[in-house]
Amino acid sequence: MDLPGTTGGHTRHSPFIGPARLRIKRRTLLSNLEGYAFAAPWLVGFFVFTLGPFFSSIWYSLHQWDMVTEMKFIGLFNYTRIFQNDIFWKSVQVTITYVVMSLPASLTLAMILAILVNQQNPLMMFFRGVFFLPSVTSGVAVAVLWRWLFNPEFGLINYALSWFDIQGPMWLASERWALPAIAIMSLWGVGSTMLIYLAGLQSVPQHLYEAAEIDGAGLMQRFWRVTLPMMSPTIFFTLIMGMIGALQVFTQAYVMTRGGPNFATYFYVLNLYEEAFVKFRMGYASAMAWILFVAVLVVTLLQFRIAGHWVYHEAEINR
Amino acid sequence: MNLTLTSSHRKFIRTSSLNFIRYAVLLILGLVFIVPFYWMVSTSFKTPGQAYLFPPTWIPDPVSVEAYKSLWGTSVPFNLFIRNTIVIVIFSVIGTLLSSTLVAFAFARLKWWGRDVWFIVLLATLMLPYQVVMIPVYVIFRKLGWLDTYLPLIVPTYLGNPFYIFLIRQFFLTIPNDLEDAARVDGANSLRILLQIFLPNSKPVLLTVMLFAFVAGWNDFFGPLLYLRKLEQMTVSVGLSMFAGYRSPNWPAITAASTLSILPIVVMFVLFQRYFVKGIVLTGMKG
Repeated sequence: MDLPGTTGGHTRHSPFIGPARLRIKRRTLLSNLEGYAFAAPWLVGFFVFTLGPFFSSIWYSLHQWDMVTEMKFIGLFNYTRIFQNDIFWKSVQVTITYVVMSLPASLTLAMILAILVNQQNPLMMFFRGVFFLPSVTSGVAVAVLWRWLFNPEFGLINYALSWFDIQGPMWLASERWALPAIAIMSLWGVGSTMLIYLAGLQSVPQHLYEAAEIDGAGLMQRFWRVTLPMMSPTIFFTLIMGMIGALQVFTQAYVMTRGGPNFATYFYVLNLYEEAFVKFRMGYASAMAWILFVAVLVVTLLQFRIAGHWVYHEAEINR
Repeated sequence: MNLTLTSSHRKFIRTSSLNFIRYAVLLILGLVFIVPFYWMVSTSFKTPGQAYLFPPTWIPDPVSVEAYKSLWGTSVPFNLFIRNTIVIVIFSVIGTLLSSTLVAFAFARLKWWGRDVWFIVLLATLMLPYQVVMIPVYVIFRKLGWLDTYLPLIVPTYLGNPFYIFLIRQFFLTIPNDLEDAARVDGANSLRILLQIFLPNSKPVLLTVMLFAFVAGWNDFFGPLLYLRKLEQMTVSVGLSMFAGYRSPNWPAITAASTLSILPIVVMFVLFQRYFVKGIVLTGMKG
């Protein structure tokens, strides 16, 4: 074995490679080729449909472009126009209000359902199916169905309210109730979050509950002191995913209200979609997409920073 | 002795009353979750006159199939939408399975330069909102002349989906090495190892991915909305939204269309609930 510096640099690049090393080199070359060949579909897709578009959308955002006439470079003008646009701020407000209305409620409901169905028997399998099914059915069918349920005159919801002598609102036709209606509908889709929580509940070590019970902890105490801390990483994950999902709401608003009445449900992505594919303001819409991207990124990073304070990690007690 | 008996007795009473509450709440919530579905199906069998009654009737009387008949080949050719969607879904499920399996195998079992870095990149793309790349991707398909064809909906599925690649890779990692080593000694190449050892041993995850791809393709709304404009090309989801967007909606017909549009998903769900659950839990816990 050559010690570095004893034989001079050129020997390391010697053309006389022994047959064994040549074979190893050929083998690594082949295995590299093979690896890249197998990964090629995704690599091609990544460059063509993700990385390339990622950068060209920054480029577009600096231009005025309607896809018909020439692109015109306008610097950051799209961004200043966006920040001066009242409709933009309205859509931001609608989206944030929706997140605040729907996310805590749906995570709580998911947790309650998960606790309720956390038993091993065939009846529970049935209930799990019942709660999970709505979340796999199509967004459009769900939105269409709920439009019918929210129908002020013949809909089931106002009929049910009438049993309690409540005159139901106009729901989707009302500026005040349209957004809450969409948030209520979103509760119907908590099934997948419920399943994630259920898996989390089942992985809480049983001995912790036993220990808490011996110490005289009641049902509620066991939930607050054992279940919740142990579940906090899972809750954290669903919170982030839920927030990212809620920032990207489109189908419900498009199908149920088209953003109305009077922009009351004009979600951010609906605004973005209409700028791009109805008004064909591609530069402006690309700038909006980038603002969304930065918002998602900031929300995610912020949550990870805050998470240190309230998310419990198993590894910490094992130290 | 007497003391322990009463305390276990009390505990028994408490757990059974808790169980009673549990079932009562489950029953009520279960009903709330089921009723929208019931309402959809029951409206679809009503005549328009019955649908617009207050208070509403729970059971259609008479049971009418007019709404379903009206979906066939009228101004909104729903039968065509169903056929179109089936075509797209078949091709995209095949594409997803082919490409994601190959790529997952590369990440799980092959040694190549930069593999682990690429895997991090793959996970990072999961966090990227689709809206960021949506416009440039649209521009690409437009330049290729693929608007008003199914190609923008089908071709990307042949380029692997990061989510499914991740799922399959995790499963491949659990398959023992000795099987593979034995096959390598016998001179089998990677493709044969993938086909003859990995695929037969990965049926659960492949079924999960197939179901997810099926549901995603069947439910896809944004893709067809962006790339298809001709009525006769439309898919179930966009067709349904057009249908429901009319000024004076015909609710029995719309709910009939909704029922048909979720029927395949419900059938798949009832048959394969286990695999749906597994997929959600896997991605939820490790994603």
